[in-house]
Amino acid sequence: MTEQAAPLVPLVQLTGIGKSYGTIRALHGVDLAVNAGEVSCVLGDNGAGKSTLIKIVTGLHRHTEGEFRIDGEPVRPSSPREPLARGIAAVYQDLATVTLMPVWRNFWLGSELTRGRGPFKRLDIDRMKRTADEALRAMGIALDDLSQPVGSLSGGQRQSVAIARAVHFGARVLILDEPTAALGVKQSGVVLKYIAAARERGLGVVFITHNPHHAYMVGDHFTVLRLGTVELSAPRAEVTLEELTLHMAGGAELAALKHELARVTGVDTGQLPEANEGSTEGSTSTERK
Amino acid sequence: MTAAAVPSLPRRALSRPEMGALIGALAVYVLFWAVAPSFRQLDSLSTVLYQSSTLGIMGLAVALLMIGGEFDLSAGVAVTSSALTASMVAFQFTLNVWSGVLVALALSLAIGAFNGFLLVRTKLPSFLVTLGTFLMLQGLNLAITKAVTGNVATDSIRDMDGFDQARNVFSATIGIGGTDIRVTVLWWLGFAALASWVLLRTPYGNWIFAVGGNQDSARAVGVPVTFVKISLFMLVGFAAWFVGMHQLFAFNTMQSGGGVGNELLYIAAAVIGGCLLTGGYGSIAGPVIGAFLFGMVSQGIVYADWDPDWFMFFLGAMLLLATLLNLYVRKQATRRRRT
Repeated sequence: MTEQAAPLVPLVQLTGIGKSYGTIRALHGVDLAVNAGEVSCVLGDNGAGKSTLIKIVTGLHRHTEGEFRIDGEPVRPSSPREPLARGIAAVYQDLATVTLMPVWRNFWLGSELTRGRGPFKRLDIDRMKRTADEALRAMGIALDDLSQPVGSLSGGQRQSVAIARAVHFGARVLILDEPTAALGVKQSGVVLKYIAAARERGLGVVFITHNPHHAYMVGDHFTVLRLGTVELSAPRAEVTLEELTLHMAGGAELAALKHELARVTGVDTGQLPEANEGSTEGSTSTERK
Repeated sequence: MTAAAVPSLPRRALSRPEMGALIGALAVYVLFWAVAPSFRQLDSLSTVLYQSSTLGIMGLAVALLMIGGEFDLSAGVAVTSSALTASMVAFQFTLNVWSGVLVALALSLAIGAFNGFLLVRTKLPSFLVTLGTFLMLQGLNLAITKAVTGNVATDSIRDMDGFDQARNVFSATIGIGGTDIRVTVLWWLGFAALASWVLLRTPYGNWIFAVGGNQDSARAVGVPVTFVKISLFMLVGFAAWFVGMHQLFAFNTMQSGGGVGNELLYIAAAVIGGCLLTGGYGSIAGPVIGAFLFGMVSQGIVYADWDPDWFMFFLGAMLLLATLLNLYVRKQATRRRRT
């Protein structure tokens, strides 16, 4: 990568990022790059440091080590305002929408369109409905009636409305925090479809999940976090779903467990999956394109 | 959006928050029309409307606050506080009554701001915060009135400068179409139209729904939650001032123990009108109809020659029925939508 090739500068780049809360080190030496038109998956068990990582990128927490660059420029945001202004938008699972409000009101909440002036300033309802419908359709979400409350939509559609909203308001990097965690199989499919649609539109997506199957369906790059450090970082071409699942499940630890189980009579270790030791070692050195 | 995708008119009507109250109001109207001949007269309607209007003006503000996710238990005694303040300031300093009216306005807004500020800062439930102000105001009303006037009521301000002028604004009687209408009815309907416009047609109205529906989401997309909450409490303060002024200029003097218990009637009017107790849902037409129902029952009992002791019982039964009806109607509406 050369300095002249401007389009290749990642939208968001973390180098050796770490975060300590007092003496507790929540995150250490994490590298992550998010390019336009790419889905970067961050996987990890509970407590692996996923939430800390998102909080750093969205500006809720400030990193204590390493470098955080937006468009190649180092930043140390003190509030979510700066990342947001630079097009980094987070869609949280439970914070996405106000369920009792109509879809179009949700879509424009906080950025309402108005017409008229002074005391006669009022919502431009026609334009709000029309634009919301266009923006949703551009993401492949077709709703019959934008006046229905968001709560009457399915969980997947609700997430999708929140994603479409973020895209419409100028997001270039979408951070999706466990968007499929509370959803069924079919609804997860709906959300994955819109993640792919966002990529098609040239957005960079950070997809945080603990489901390797969901990640593998849309991901271009995978980062597995474990106990605050990077366990695996590999582009799609260099990792299989089996390897990803294994790393999620604890990789080397599983192999050790298997070894111990082998000594216990009655456990048939022959049918347990192989832990691929080679890829564990090879992939800790971070690959960059 | 295709035309076919827009739900049909009856379906849309059924999903309106005030639908249950409207059905209830029609039923109560027909009932009293049938059993009480004097209820059918135009003068009776004007009396019913007057009864409804003072409750209704407070009901509007309380409904907006409830849609915004909060209660105000101090709203009942705040009306009395405002009237007492106006009366005593004007009388004790022998000022034009308008000075008292303005001081009362400032006090009422301050009480609202205090409630809102306390709520936002402490993050305590509004039930608790306003229960505190309710008890405090109740005590202050009695104690200060007694200390200043030596009595439980204020002195009459009937003969003071500006009284007639102020009475024309807050408590006039206007002859319309062969009957006398109290001016509060016009204020009530005017305020309702304004409130409905604000709620449905302005960004501020959008924020009220959002703050009541999901405060954290609202904050996450940049809605000024603190501002909305405090301003809604101040709006209740404004309504309390207005109704307080009406009472003062209608009766010339003010009893210091009044208003206790009315806060629950305001909340009941809003709930009968289909506002969700937990916030985020409701309308302005709802509390208007809810207050009208109250007016009809309280006067209808008199016209029907029933024992007025039953009034509260009827109110309670009405509240329960309306709430159940609202629940049923809402379920019907959302179920149809899903198909």
